[in-house]
Amino acid sequence: MVSIRVITPAAIAAAGLAAGAAASQEPLSVAGIHASPVENAWNSRLHEALEEAAAEGVIAYQFSEGVSGTDYPRAMREYAEQGVDLIIGESYAVEREAREVAADYPDTAFVMGSSGEPAGENFGVFGTWNHGGAYLAGMLAGAMTETDTVGSVGAVPIPEVNLLINAFAAGVAETNPDARHLVSFIGTFFDPPQAREAGLAQIDSGADILFGERIGTADAAEQRGALAIGSLIDYTDRYPETVFANAMWYFRPTLDAAIADVQAGEPVGRSYTEYSLMPAGGSDILFDADAAPAEAVEAMEARRQEIIDGAFEVPVNMDEPG
Amino acid sequence: MDALWILASTGLWDAVLRIATPLIFGTLGALLCERAGVLNLGIEGIMTFGAMIGWLTVFSGGGLWTGLLVAALCGALFGLLHAGLTVPLGLSQHVTGLGITLFASALSYYIFRLVVPLEASPPTIAAFRPIEIPLVAEIPFLGEVLASQTAPTYLALALVAVMGWVLFRTPLGLAIRMTGENPHAAEAQGVNPLILRTACVMAGSALMGVGGAFLTMSAFNSFFPTMVQGRGWICIALVVFASWRPGWALFGAVLFAAFDAYQLRLQSALENAVPYQLFLMAPYLAAIGALALMARKARVPQALMRPYRRGER
Repeated sequence: MVSIRVITPAAIAAAGLAAGAAASQEPLSVAGIHASPVENAWNSRLHEALEEAAAEGVIAYQFSEGVSGTDYPRAMREYAEQGVDLIIGESYAVEREAREVAADYPDTAFVMGSSGEPAGENFGVFGTWNHGGAYLAGMLAGAMTETDTVGSVGAVPIPEVNLLINAFAAGVAETNPDARHLVSFIGTFFDPPQAREAGLAQIDSGADILFGERIGTADAAEQRGALAIGSLIDYTDRYPETVFANAMWYFRPTLDAAIADVQAGEPVGRSYTEYSLMPAGGSDILFDADAAPAEAVEAMEARRQEIIDGAFEVPVNMDEPG
Repeated sequence: MDALWILASTGLWDAVLRIATPLIFGTLGALLCERAGVLNLGIEGIMTFGAMIGWLTVFSGGGLWTGLLVAALCGALFGLLHAGLTVPLGLSQHVTGLGITLFASALSYYIFRLVVPLEASPPTIAAFRPIEIPLVAEIPFLGEVLASQTAPTYLALALVAVMGWVLFRTPLGLAIRMTGENPHAAEAQGVNPLILRTACVMAGSALMGVGGAFLTMSAFNSFFPTMVQGRGWICIALVVFASWRPGWALFGAVLFAAFDAYQLRLQSALENAVPYQLFLMAPYLAAIGALALMARKARVPQALMRPYRRGER
């Protein structure tokens, strides 16, 4: 199940015409290799940033989606053989193989979502650290819960999922130290009906605000008239009246840093996780100010500014919640 | 104590029926195929296709019932493909079925990508709403459990009774069971085993398609290419658990769903005193345990997975 599409901005043609233009003006050729369909929340963040950069003429973007683990190294090799400058993707399921491919193509830059470390000069990694937004959403949830019970539905307790749920819990604890925090895992990444059932189970246990690390959680809140918080993308339009805040993740800062490194000839074999954090604009909270009490919003906004200024650091805890 | 109270809560049994519905459709479908002598491992792919095409029908402006019907028709077409390869041609039912699962899953993704515009999160439809039945709603407990169920759940429950009646109380049912036990004897009685097997595989696959459609048209309102998540394989196991009897298929589906709904609530009630993986395992462990107990008594259709060739002894 592999499909390939090419997005060629008009800028390529323009660059071709202006042959005398400086080399740095030419769009960088970038390939995205997505293990899931690009509608998957996480992949949609990468895809959106890459398409945006392509539309601006900064890069020429082509991508493959739904690439299974067994196909993944082959897709990497194919793009590297084509002479693509930068490959963006995710090596969670193929950490070792992806590093082997990168070692075979030293002239190609690889920047991958990964739970591991960078390797060599040309294999960089980035984490999905939108825990700043999750912490701030937790602050609102703690102030707003009427049952003093909130819940989180996650996929599988991997470090980056734990990080988010723990940051949400820490935010709740800041504004409501007595609140109960229920945590459920559904054991899979793609089962929205099951995430909905997990959300309903938490509402049955008394939760009135759900943090949906997985899509489907907010459907439970919608059905029972509870509230929900989204992760990675903005779910407000999909669940009006239900989702009042989102822990957003923006990939563009990471992408821009990687592009700058490649264009400057710098090695990309480093961690780009810092560009996912709030000070770099990689994470933030999007919320409906009318849905939350004014003093809660005020406290949250103050904290938000402290995080952006570097005066407050959101705790990084990757242990399994509980 | 909380853990026991959950068993008496309406929320649990409400969830049980919802989780069981796609399993009931799928298990009845697989059961019908196997009663006629054909194993249909295309179920996982056919459910995926049903989930996609039912949703897509509504997304393109069709009604919800039209969507279910289209899912059933497409399921029947995949059934025809499976039957065409395994019944007259007598090819391996295992290999053909797995091939159909791969083909139908990939085709679902392909059609979805061609037709549906790319968005950050997949587009939604207005899914089935819970229906209120005037008198039933007033029954204590049961009324509350049924209050949030949608029409396809009632359809699934009704189908259990219909299939039990057809299989065990009608000449057609006798012919189907005979074809699965001894197609030579069936043919001697004037039944055409090839036609009957093909028809059963098509009808069974239609039910699988509807089971998949429930996921995108009632349990949720969007399609993800991998969202069936092994429910089809669970149905195949439930058929054995049920000893190829529709009533037991309902019981098996409800039992599995009960473990699933219960573990989701235990995760919250016990506040992670026990690793969550144990809870996730529970429904599957229960299924294996029940299978081990039930399978000893199971009466497998004697001609299951044996292609019928005229004149061959």
